[in-house]
Amino acid sequence: MDLVQARPGAAANVAFQWIARHRVGAVLVFLLVFPLLMPYEALAVNILIFGLYAVGFNLLFGYTGMLSFGHAAFLGVGSYLTGIAIVHAHLHWLLAIAIGVVSSALVGVLIGHLAIRTRGIYFSMVTLALGQIVYYAFYKAERWTGGENGLRGVIVPSFDLFGVHVDFTNPISKYYVIFAFVTVALWFVSRILASPFGAVIEAIRENELRAAACGYDVAQAKLLVFVLSAGICGLAGALRALHLSVVPIDSLHYLQSGQAVIMCLLGGMGTFFGPFVGAAVFLYLEDVVTTLTRHWMAVVGVVFMVFVLFFPRGIWGSLLAQWQRSLELRA
Amino acid sequence: MSGERGATEVLIEARQISHRFGAFQALADISVQFRAKHLCAIIGPNGAGKSTFFNILSGSIKPTSGSVVFQGIDVTGLAQHEYARLGIAKSFQITNVFKQLSAHENVRVAVQMRHARFDFLSPRKALQGVAERADLLLERVGLASVRDKTAGVLAHGQQRALEVAMALAADPQLLLMDEPTAGMSPEETTVMMDLIARLATERTVILVEHKMKLVMGICKTLIVLHHGQLLAQGSPEQIRANPEVRRVYLGQGA
Repeated sequence: MDLVQARPGAAANVAFQWIARHRVGAVLVFLLVFPLLMPYEALAVNILIFGLYAVGFNLLFGYTGMLSFGHAAFLGVGSYLTGIAIVHAHLHWLLAIAIGVVSSALVGVLIGHLAIRTRGIYFSMVTLALGQIVYYAFYKAERWTGGENGLRGVIVPSFDLFGVHVDFTNPISKYYVIFAFVTVALWFVSRILASPFGAVIEAIRENELRAAACGYDVAQAKLLVFVLSAGICGLAGALRALHLSVVPIDSLHYLQSGQAVIMCLLGGMGTFFGPFVGAAVFLYLEDVVTTLTRHWMAVVGVVFMVFVLFFPRGIWGSLLAQWQRSLELRA
Repeated sequence: MSGERGATEVLIEARQISHRFGAFQALADISVQFRAKHLCAIIGPNGAGKSTFFNILSGSIKPTSGSVVFQGIDVTGLAQHEYARLGIAKSFQITNVFKQLSAHENVRVAVQMRHARFDFLSPRKALQGVAERADLLLERVGLASVRDKTAGVLAHGQQRALEVAMALAADPQLLLMDEPTAGMSPEETTVMMDLIARLATERTVILVEHKMKLVMGICKTLIVLHHGQLLAQGSPEQIRANPEVRRVYLGQGA
């Protein structure tokens, strides 16, 4: 990079190249200062959690090309099992998070096993139906889940970490604790994408027939990516339970599944940052517009349609494409 | 997998293959042996059952009855990826590449199969020799200059060549090609036929071809299908002289 011959846009170019090379680092730098930019910290925590949820969903949707309409099941199971472990079993919150993630991955094995036999719209419908089964199962198990009222009392006591007193009721401390988990999860997703398996799922997205003819067991690969995605979304759910200190039943609702799709498309599917950008814009819009009108969904709907029609690559995807075009023009 | 090694060794064999699509009998009782390191073409007029036979040999469809034996192993009904791992590669009639990936990545993924499939934690850059072999294969099919281009923007002939590079990635013993020159310009066709002739010196290549003239020059054996039946089998000279073949095929001026 020759910085002496700086041209207009060169600074942006340097920034983009740095982001492309250190994608995890870039998210982290951004997220570190992020709560200071938000009107209040709870929104920042929400964006963190739903950003992770969308990233987990994107692994399946954007990178493997499988559109699930049942991912709320994984967010919800992660939340509920973490909550149940704390409320009913009185386990340590760290162990509870692990239980939430593992349970979600196990439900992923079950749902994935049934759903990957189908393709396209049928896959979407099967995941939707199985997601609804999970919803009703938790809705009916009132003794464990609180049914319609949700599961209350998911409290994390304050604790000491490396000599620092962390109080979970303080929004900023809570943000940074959750931030630490999201960091590890993003690093993990980045590893997956850079791995040989990451190349296989992209090949499957591009052409299943060819991937099989190359010698890849498409069904097994799909199942593995489905379970990985479920686990990551489960972690988002687990963190959400700690954040809200309740688990609302709507965590499992199919609207929650739809949100993952909207966030991915808004930010840019199949890009590393896209889902996070999408989650941030979605939740920020929700926050701002609800103060103006009850019908905030209408506004979000219009924004969503504008993007699908005119910027199908999403916000981040369009920026990336723009950057690539400017690189090619220079070359 | 034992058996005598040499030019007469049978690599793949179709045993009494019959296939029906509903009431339509697409193939009837076809038995053919294909020898190792041989270039062979399956020819026949439209609707003769060539593609069905190809799809059965390559494992895309399971025959209604009969079996496919590869190196002494019955492979009938095995999953597609298992065919590939045994050493049976194919190129499709309709171009099937990973369109949004670069030419290099297309071949690299194909090469990677022998090294890592479900490893999701180590970086793919750490795989020894995979990227290098992909470059070698690209060079071999004449695509080194478009290495970093997205596969979807390549010319039709280049995409077909890319498919060949991908099929060669796992160093297969058998390469099956369904109309490899379909839709190609005359120049591209010549280049592709030269490439096929070179490939056949190291492995068995079976082509399905509609245009008989193309394969007469380079194939050792021709198999003629007609209405789902095996009409004739033999060297180009024998086929050309066969009165049955002349009647159903050559008479059309093909």
